[in-house]
Amino acid sequence: MQEASPAQVHVHAPPTGFLRKHVFSLDHKVIGLQYYGLALAAVTLGMVLSWLMRFHLVWPNAAIPGLNFISKVGAPGGIITPEYYLSLLTMHGTLMVFFVLTNAPFAAFGNYFLPIQIGAEDMAFPRFNMMSFWTTLAAFVVLITAFFIPDGPPISGWTAYAPLSAIGSDAGPGLGWGQNLWAISIALFCAGSLLGALNFISTTLDLRAKGMTLMRMPICTWAWFITSCIALLAFAVLLPACLLLILDRTAGTSFFIPSGLVVSDRMQPHAGGSPLLWQHLFWFFGHPEVYIAILPSMGIVSHVLMASMRKPLLSAKVIIYSMLSIGFLSWMVWGHHMFVSGMNPFSSLLFSFPTLTITIPATIMTLIWLGSLYGANIRMTSAALFALGFISMFVSGGVSGFFLAQPSIDIYLHATYFVVGHFHMVMGVASIFGVFAGTYFWFGKMTGRMLNETLGKVHFWITFIGTYCIFMPFHYLGIVGNIRRYSSFVDDFMGPLMPLHKFITIAALITGAGQLLFLFNLFHSRFWGKPAPQNPWEGTSLEWSVPSPPPWNNFGDVHPVVYHDSYQYGVKGSKGDYVMQDSPEQVVGG
Amino acid sequence: MSSTTYTPVAIPPVGVPVAQPVRTSASVNVGARSAADGASRSGVWVAIFAITMSFAAFTSALFVREGTAADWTHLVLPPILYANTVVLLLGSLTLVMASRAVNAHALLDSHAVKTVMGWLIATLALGALFIAGQYEAWRQLAAQGLFLSTNPNSSFFYVFTGMHILHLLGGIAALVYLIGQLAGSHTTFRRAAFQNTAIYWHFMGVLWLYLLFVLRTKL
Repeated sequence: MQEASPAQVHVHAPPTGFLRKHVFSLDHKVIGLQYYGLALAAVTLGMVLSWLMRFHLVWPNAAIPGLNFISKVGAPGGIITPEYYLSLLTMHGTLMVFFVLTNAPFAAFGNYFLPIQIGAEDMAFPRFNMMSFWTTLAAFVVLITAFFIPDGPPISGWTAYAPLSAIGSDAGPGLGWGQNLWAISIALFCAGSLLGALNFISTTLDLRAKGMTLMRMPICTWAWFITSCIALLAFAVLLPACLLLILDRTAGTSFFIPSGLVVSDRMQPHAGGSPLLWQHLFWFFGHPEVYIAILPSMGIVSHVLMASMRKPLLSAKVIIYSMLSIGFLSWMVWGHHMFVSGMNPFSSLLFSFPTLTITIPATIMTLIWLGSLYGANIRMTSAALFALGFISMFVSGGVSGFFLAQPSIDIYLHATYFVVGHFHMVMGVASIFGVFAGTYFWFGKMTGRMLNETLGKVHFWITFIGTYCIFMPFHYLGIVGNIRRYSSFVDDFMGPLMPLHKFITIAALITGAGQLLFLFNLFHSRFWGKPAPQNPWEGTSLEWSVPSPPPWNNFGDVHPVVYHDSYQYGVKGSKGDYVMQDSPEQVVGG
Repeated sequence: MSSTTYTPVAIPPVGVPVAQPVRTSASVNVGARSAADGASRSGVWVAIFAITMSFAAFTSALFVREGTAADWTHLVLPPILYANTVVLLLGSLTLVMASRAVNAHALLDSHAVKTVMGWLIATLALGALFIAGQYEAWRQLAAQGLFLSTNPNSSFFYVFTGMHILHLLGGIAALVYLIGQLAGSHTTFRRAAFQNTAIYWHFMGVLWLYLLFVLRTKL
C-alpha cells in the first residue's frame, strides 16, 4: 500500500477524451456552462409558454398553428382549452422558478466562478458536482415528458396546492401521471440542488487561497455562499414534502387529503389529512426560494457595478451583512403567502411583521447601490446597463411588496394580477437582469470571446422598456380586480380591460422577440466574437488573473496568494486605477 | 485477505503537526491534503445539517397532521425496535473501537489493519442486522394489518423508519468503501474518510434515538 498523495486526494486529473471533457465533466467550469445551457433551454421554453398564454388571453378564439399537434386534447384545432391554459401556467412557473431562476444565477455562475474567485482549483467534491448537474438534467427531462403523455402536464400551478394535487386524475386533466412526473421531477431537482449546496458550502469554507479571508471574498462569492446555505435548508424541506405528496398520490396515504372530500362526484378514499400542511411545507421552501433566486443576482450586480463605477461601494461589508440578514429573515415569512388560506388571522399578523422587516436590509442595499453611483463616472457597458436595470426592477417590483405584506391589503389583492406583477418584477425580471449582467460581464472569461456590445445595448433597451410595459400594467389590472389564473376574461366588467391586456401581449411578443438578439449574440460571439483578453473590464478579483478561458485547473500549477480585499478600485496601482487581489503591491488605505 | 503481504500503511495520528498541518483561514489551500480533508469534514457536517432539516420537516408534518386529525389512533410499537436500537448502538461502539485502533498507530502494520478491519466488519454486520430487524418490525406491523396507508400513525411509522434506513445505507456504503480500501493491495486508506464515516455513522445512531423517541411518544 502507499500513502495518499495530495494530488490524488483532491484534484482530479486533467480530463482526456470528449466525454470527460465536455459531457461527464468533473470540471466546475464545464458544469457551470452545462447549467447555463440548461437554464437557457428552460427559459426559452418557459417564454414560449408565456407567449401562448398571453396570446390566448387576448385572442381566445384564434387558433395557434401547430399547437394541436402537441396536444390534441389540450388544444383541439389549435385553440387552448381552459385546462390546458392551466397546464401551460404550471409548466411556465415550474420551469422558470426551478430551472431558470435557481439554475442560472446560482448554479451556473456560482459553479463557474465561486472556485476561481476564492482561488481554488475546483469544487470540494467534483463527482458530487457532476451528479448534481445530471440529476437536475434528469429532473428537467422528467418534467418535460409531461407534455408528451396523453394525460398532459399538471394543472395545479407551480405551487401544486393540495388536496387537488394529491388525489389523482379525478381532479382534472394532467393530475394523473402529469402530476406524478411533476413531483418526481421536483424531488430530483431537490436532490441535485442539495448536492450543489453541499459543494458550494464546503468549497467556500475550506478551499480558499492563502490570504483569502472571508471578508476578502467578492460580494458575489458571498451571495453564492449565503444562497447555498439557504438552498441547503430549503430543498431539505421540499424534498420530504414531495415524498409525502408522492405517497399520497401513489400509496394511498392521507397526509394532505382531508376526510369527506368529493371530487368529480367521487368520494375520495382518504381521510384526515391537512391541505394546509402542504402549503406550510411548500412555502417554508418557497419563500427562501425567492432569495435563492435574487441573492446571487444582487451579488453579481454589486460585482459588476464596482468594475463599472471604478470605485468600491460605500460599504461592501454592509451589503454582505444585509444579505446575511435577508437570508436569516427568509425563514420567518413563509406564511405571508398564506394570508387567504384560512390560517389563523393572528398568524398572519406574526408573518406580516418579519415580512415588513425584510424591506429594511433590502432598502439598505438599494441605498448603498444608489449612493455609490452618485458622482461615479460609469463605464456604460451592457453589463453595467443591466446592473442598473436590476436596481430599477428591484425597486419597482419591491415597492408593491410593502402593500402585499399587510394581510388586510393582501386579502383584496392576493388572487389578482397585482401579485403577478409584483413577483415577476422583483423576483423574475430582476434576477434575470442580474443573469444578463453576469453574462455580458463574464462571457469573455467563460468562452474566450467577447459578446458584441452594440447588440448588447440594443438588447438592454428592448428588454428594459419591454418588461416595464409588460409587468407595470399588471399592477393596475390587479387593483381594479382582474383575477389571475383565469384563461379568459369574458365577463362584462372585464371588457374595458381588454385593450390593456392586448398592449401587454404585444409588448410580451416584442420583448420576447428581442431576446433573439441575445441568443444570436451568444451563438455568434461564441465562434466569431472578438478574442477576449485576460482582464477586459480591468477587474480586481481572481477570475481576472487567469487566462480567458481558464485552464482546466484554473491557476495552472500556481497557488494564488491574496493580499487585498476584492475591490481595490479608484486607487493608484501599477496597472492603472486598480490593484488586483493577488498583486503584492501596497495600496494606501487598502 | 492474506495478512502476510501487508506493508505498513502510513496513517499519521491526529495531532502530529507534520501530517495534519495547522490550518488557518488564510492558508487553507497550501497543503492540498489538509484542505481536501477539511472540505470533506465540512461536507459531512453540512450533510448532517441538511438531513436534520429534512427530519425536522417530517416531524413537523407529523405534529401538524396529528393536530388536525380525528383519525389519530395509537399503535403499539413492535418490541423488536428496542432490540434493534441496542444493535445499532453496539455498531457505534465497535466503530469507536475501530477508531481507537486507527488512532493508536502512526503506521498500520498488518496486525493493526486486521484489528481495524475486524471492528469495521463488526460494525457493518451490526448495521445489516439493524436493517434486518427493522424489516422484521415492518412485518410484525403488517401482520397486525397495519400498512403504509392504513392510518396516519402507520404512515408515519413506515416513512420515518424507511427514511432512516435509506440514510443508513449511505453509512453502509461508506463502511464497505473503507473495508475495500483496507483490503485492496494498491489502494490507499484515508484517515479523513474513516473519521467522516464515523461521524456520519454515530449521527445515524443519534437520529434513530430521536426518531424512536418521537415514534414512542406520538404514535
